[in-house]
Amino acid sequence: MSDKKPERRDFLFTASYAVGAVGVGAVVWPLIDQMNPDASVKALASTEVDVSSVKPGNTITVLWRGKPVFIRRRTQEEIAEARAVKMEDLKHPEKDEDRAKDPEWLVMLGVCTHLGCVPLNDKGDYKGWFCPCHGSHYDTSGRIRKGPAPLNMEVPQYEFTDSNTIKIG
Amino acid sequence: MKNFKRSIFFLIIFISSSFQINAAENVDYLKTDWTFKGLFGKFDRAQLQRGYKVYKEVCASCHSMKYVSFRNLAEKGGPEFSEEAVKAIAASYDVNDGPNADGEMFTRPGKLSDKFVKPYENVKAAQAANGGAYPPDMSVLIKARSGGADYIFSLLQGYEEAPEGITLDDGVYYNKYMYGNKIRMAKPLSDGIIEYDDGTEASEIQMSKDVTAFLMWAAEPHLESRHQMGFKAIVYLIILTVLVYFSMKKIWSRVETEV
Amino acid sequence: MSDHDYTPKSKVGKWFNDRLPLLTLANHLTDYPTPKNLNYWWTFGGILTFCLITQIVTGLTLAMHYIAHADMAFESVEHIMRDVNYGWLIRYIHANGASMFFLAVYIHIFRSLFYGSYKAPREIIWIIGIVIYLLMMAAAFMGYVLPWGQMSFWGATVITNLFSAIPLVGEGIVTWLWGGYSVDNPTLTRFFTLHYLIPFLILGLVVLHIWALHVPGNNNPVGIDIKKPSKDTVPFHPYIVIKDGFALLMFMIVFAFFVFYSPNILGHADNYIEANPMVTPAHIVPEWYLLPFYAILRSVPDKLLGVVAMLSAILILAALPWLDTSKIRSAVFRPLYKQFYWILVADVLILGYVGAMPAEGLYLLVARVATAYYFLHFLVILPVLGFKEKTLPVPLSITEPVLGGSPNLSTARNKEESLNN
Repeated sequence: MSDKKPERRDFLFTASYAVGAVGVGAVVWPLIDQMNPDASVKALASTEVDVSSVKPGNTITVLWRGKPVFIRRRTQEEIAEARAVKMEDLKHPEKDEDRAKDPEWLVMLGVCTHLGCVPLNDKGDYKGWFCPCHGSHYDTSGRIRKGPAPLNMEVPQYEFTDSNTIKIG
Repeated sequence: MKNFKRSIFFLIIFISSSFQINAAENVDYLKTDWTFKGLFGKFDRAQLQRGYKVYKEVCASCHSMKYVSFRNLAEKGGPEFSEEAVKAIAASYDVNDGPNADGEMFTRPGKLSDKFVKPYENVKAAQAANGGAYPPDMSVLIKARSGGADYIFSLLQGYEEAPEGITLDDGVYYNKYMYGNKIRMAKPLSDGIIEYDDGTEASEIQMSKDVTAFLMWAAEPHLESRHQMGFKAIVYLIILTVLVYFSMKKIWSRVETEV
Repeated sequence: MSDHDYTPKSKVGKWFNDRLPLLTLANHLTDYPTPKNLNYWWTFGGILTFCLITQIVTGLTLAMHYIAHADMAFESVEHIMRDVNYGWLIRYIHANGASMFFLAVYIHIFRSLFYGSYKAPREIIWIIGIVIYLLMMAAAFMGYVLPWGQMSFWGATVITNLFSAIPLVGEGIVTWLWGGYSVDNPTLTRFFTLHYLIPFLILGLVVLHIWALHVPGNNNPVGIDIKKPSKDTVPFHPYIVIKDGFALLMFMIVFAFFVFYSPNILGHADNYIEANPMVTPAHIVPEWYLLPFYAILRSVPDKLLGVVAMLSAILILAALPWLDTSKIRSAVFRPLYKQFYWILVADVLILGYVGAMPAEGLYLLVARVATAYYFLHFLVILPVLGFKEKTLPVPLSITEPVLGGSPNLSTARNKEESLNN
């Protein structure tokens, strides 16, 4: 009575399993995707900052996507110093020109690339920032010069929507 | 089999009559064809855009829609205004924000990420401004009334002279479809009260229909995805059921069965 | 039995199995000798397991976004529906899944009532089942409170107020349940915790339920014990697995229709209105699956007795193995019991219907008659029937020839039906 057409029978079972697997995948995806950022979080992906009151030499810290962002209006000295640094001296070689399109404004995530603490402004051996957690020193371009941090502080996507406003993200 | 059919019969009677429980009264609602009803129901973009205009210019002065965000107006499945248009709409509203660096609350123009601005700060303020009656929030209003879209559509057109023997207080109106027949909202829509951008005639019935459709979207913004996904899911399940059915027959053919 | 002779094929498997016999367990489950005459009413156990897992998984993912605070609960549910990726889908599956869960459990229970699955030696399986059912009702009741709509709030108020009917300590118990002087935030937060907990208690009881089942083995439509496993049974895998799978898929199609095309039809519109302690809805009704008990509660004019009646209606089921005195298990061979069974089904449906209606006039009268009849069925009819009923002759075994030499039991059933008409 049985075992007449093994290929046909196997095909039916294989097809059932295959179609079933598609369903399992389709069910699993929403359960995973629901943990991804939801629409309201994604809508807050960018922040606009009024920088009209920031004087040269001053730094403000704003919140963007739940993290601190340093916005520093640099003096001419600071810019010159940043530009003078040789690439060989840098653990993470990056030109200052690439980090600050408008040299007067430095915008970067105030998060130490070592383990995530917030570095302190106007501290450290390189006239930039100093992270008290494990002793990373950053220069006037936010680049790592000394200490355990592997990378320069991250520069997010930003633009000047007008002369007084920076839109981050 | 006979008994099985009997119990199914009872079940159907029970379920179908339970629908009547929810009907406010046994009044038949005004009927119209809704594009969003049925297995393949979708929204009509132009209708939603017109409906939004009715909401904005007529209803929003009293009725909040606090769970809807401005960005929803540009998202897929809704009125699908352009992002620029929605940015402009949002910016035309003042939104509370703060505290600022001085510790003070301030207002700023609305952004895409903001929710629709409420006409009143809170429920008490809304009641005080409306003779003690609270104009309900409209985010899920269609789902909060058992007659759904048909009920809202009918109510908007259901204002009538009170019949003999019914007296109405000041600020109370007679409505054929309102539960209890008395409503504190004056008739909101009449012919030509607003002008549509797409040139459609803004008759009372047209506005009633458009704003109701808009309210349906506000309550169920993912209706179209739901319908589309449902179709795919059920077709898939049917295919798999057929495959599994034949697999089952194949497997059970090995056994002497039919006991 | 032969379970303990199982040896895993791989060396790693054997090493592991010697320390924790999970592979032996898996083998026991796949080879489990199951009567081959089971009909589709037997697929609902598997369907119920699917329902429990679905509720747990969707519940877990909802709990990642839901906020159990009176000021934010309703809004968090709207956030889930609008902003969370696939949030609307997970929410609708969870809400309609509860209804599907109860639909399946009622079919499962009524299967047992018809075929005598509660009778010796399966009394403990049955009683564990009653406990699972009670926990399901508790979990569903508390889950319905969480969106903090009008029905959530007022349903919670009405049902928690029932405890005040208990003499002396009633009021104190209600205050203790509420965590305050009315249903409010403390009530909501503890309901969330308990709602999260109970499904895992149910999961544990389901394991016990299946374990207890595997001692005597499944009942079957003719209610006769297995005589020869080789002739009367099939291994659970693949025969029952595939049949349960087919039934589950049919069930899922019905489920999908609700989720995707009528997700709110089984609910109550008032629950889309935010909870307002100052305004009571015109008709407070629980979800459909609790309606028969609601009808029983309201049919008794006294508050305490109404509560007692409602609880008794459920607890009386636990006494069923002893109330039903018949020696014959399956209603297939109990023509008189069969009639009363269908009357009970109608009675429960009627109770469900009047439970949704205002408790006045004709509805109240019908509710009272139906309530009285419900208790009459269990307390009077069943015991008497066991002694008085003339049952049909029962086959020798599941596969042995029966009645008039036909090896086909469906023939026997046809004969019996024609005897009744």
